[in-house]
Amino acid sequence: MTGEFRDVAIVAFAQTDHRRRTDELSEVEMLMPVLHEVLERTGLATADIGFTCSGSSDYLAGRAFSFTMALDGVGAWPPISESHVEMDGAWALYEAWVKLQTGEADTALVYSYGKSSPGSVRDVLTRQLDPYYLAPLWPDSVALAALQAQALIDAGDTDEPALAGVAARSRDAARANSHAQIGGSVPQGDYVVRPLRTGDCPPIGDGAAAVVLAAGERARELCGRPAWIRGIDHRIEPHSLGVRDLTDSPSTRLAAERAGAFARPVDTAELHAPFTSQEVVLRKALRLGDDVTVNPSGGALAANPVMAAGLIRLGEAAARVHRGASDRAFAHATSGPCLQQNLVAVLEGDPR
Amino acid sequence: MTEVLSAPLVVEFPFTRSLGPVQSAFLTGLRERTVLGVRTADGKVLVPPVEYDPGTAEELRDLVKVAATGTVTTWAWNPGPRRGQPLDTAFAWVLVRLDGADTALLHALDAPGPDAVRTGMRVRVRWAAERTGAITDIACFEPYEEGEATGHQITAHSGEFGGETAVTGIVAPARLDYTYSPGRAQSQYIHALSGRRTVGERCPSCRKVYVPPRGACPTCGVATAEQVEVGPRGTVTTFCIVNIKAKGLDIEVPYVYGHIALDGADLALHGRIGGIPYDQVRMGLRVEPVWTDGGRYPDHYRPTGEPDADYDTYKELL
Ligand SMILES: [Zn+2]
Repeated sequence: MTGEFRDVAIVAFAQTDHRRRTDELSEVEMLMPVLHEVLERTGLATADIGFTCSGSSDYLAGRAFSFTMALDGVGAWPPISESHVEMDGAWALYEAWVKLQTGEADTALVYSYGKSSPGSVRDVLTRQLDPYYLAPLWPDSVALAALQAQALIDAGDTDEPALAGVAARSRDAARANSHAQIGGSVPQGDYVVRPLRTGDCPPIGDGAAAVVLAAGERARELCGRPAWIRGIDHRIEPHSLGVRDLTDSPSTRLAAERAGAFARPVDTAELHAPFTSQEVVLRKALRLGDDVTVNPSGGALAANPVMAAGLIRLGEAAARVHRGASDRAFAHATSGPCLQQNLVAVLEGDPR
Repeated sequence: MTEVLSAPLVVEFPFTRSLGPVQSAFLTGLRERTVLGVRTADGKVLVPPVEYDPGTAEELRDLVKVAATGTVTTWAWNPGPRRGQPLDTAFAWVLVRLDGADTALLHALDAPGPDAVRTGMRVRVRWAAERTGAITDIACFEPYEEGEATGHQITAHSGEFGGETAVTGIVAPARLDYTYSPGRAQSQYIHALSGRRTVGERCPSCRKVYVPPRGACPTCGVATAEQVEVGPRGTVTTFCIVNIKAKGLDIEVPYVYGHIALDGADLALHGRIGGIPYDQVRMGLRVEPVWTDGGRYPDHYRPTGEPDADYDTYKELL
């Protein structure tokens, strides 16, 4: 959306080191250091936060109401103004942004976490599908991504060497990201579900992330160079896969248009593409040329804590603005099979 | 560092779902070896059919019959079938546009190998031997290279099947398997319990002792790490009388379930209260744990015989 909005910025970002397993930590034990770190960066205490919003899914670890336990890490008693989405934390950030637009809060803490290690995430994600026509067939997340990848190959949009190139570029970039789960030279490996190989798929693991949002002058007090959210919007595809053109992402394009993304060029894009083939779709939808730095963090191919990986894209893009490595960036988050739902934010730093 | 505990955890339940009129006709049709689609206002035929137009949100009710043959629009070779998937040997996932339809249906294709599969190949439905009115009434697709595309030979359909009962719902069983680890604080708590000690954790900020500990103080939002042994005796802060026998639970009703603040704890835990007639349990009753041989936690709590605790000593723990 664009228009007359209150200026809101991401002023701080923190994330865990993402790992294959974190058996020694409960969810709140994994999350809490990140909450402390992100607050420390701004000098804020829990009591200074106007609104808190989180994103997670109990299905990942099979632990009912884990999000209420996670709230212990915030210091939520006596009760605070708080909300939760059973979605990636990028959508929690969207809710917090709306809350700041209402003027009811000037600061917000947004966090998300996911522990995929206790379960089998490929199977867990089948439970989010259409319960009548899809879920009874248990089509796992890699299978659905592979159908999309084959459609892209058939359309001439990519081929297996190009996908391997996306994987290699992402893992190479991840060498500079100390939080990444995998990086450097990662073999493409065997087919998991053809045409997708191990290297085309994200690592499975556990992790958490948090950001602080602030409005107007409050943002300038808390951060040397706030990452202003100039526009943010999210859109969804029809839920039936067979209705969609899997080689395109009209919802991403529409969200980007509504976020004012195409008004001026960007220098950076953090795309939430868990599978290499999905980057191909997103580059097309967002009209990204070779002059744009895509996923300098390594993206979800380097660390994919489910429910946090989208929020991390917003955080990574903002962090680049904070440290002066970017002046205008896209941050994208996705949810559901084959880029079902997409959020696009445009982040800008003040002119230098 | 205490050894991390883990245990298998199975989350399993049957979802019982009702069907709308279009879904009902489609799944009834599958049971009767017929594939139905639904036609939109602009003449597109959607298979599988939906209740509302994905473009305009208009209600859709115009059912048509399409062919059980079709064309693969995309595919993916699955070398390792997983539990619940349509075939238990390697197969191709396919999106199939059935003859007469404008959209594609997801299912499995039984083919000898990836070299036998391509986009554009002709396939036909292989019906399941036993059909109940579910998407799995299509066992899978199979190659049908001799079958030419038949074009849009759709015919209108009432959605009724000669007096056969319509399918009005589905039962979708779901099972997910986990290996659960409770984390640092709870692992230590459970370890201590197996030695018949109850160990909570103190908040470094507000000094409250949490039992069982969850690793964080919900008031201060900081980690609790200092171990504090509490109890074994405690005070009943509140209770209820259970009159319904839980499935698989070997306890006679009525029995009493209570909140018990162990001495030294700033949070009450819950447990069964025994060794006293159910109608004599009261707030302030002093209790102690009763352990059974080999039990990793107290079986129940029983009265100590001490005088009741004064209300003021536990009113903050209610
Ligand atoms: Zn405390």
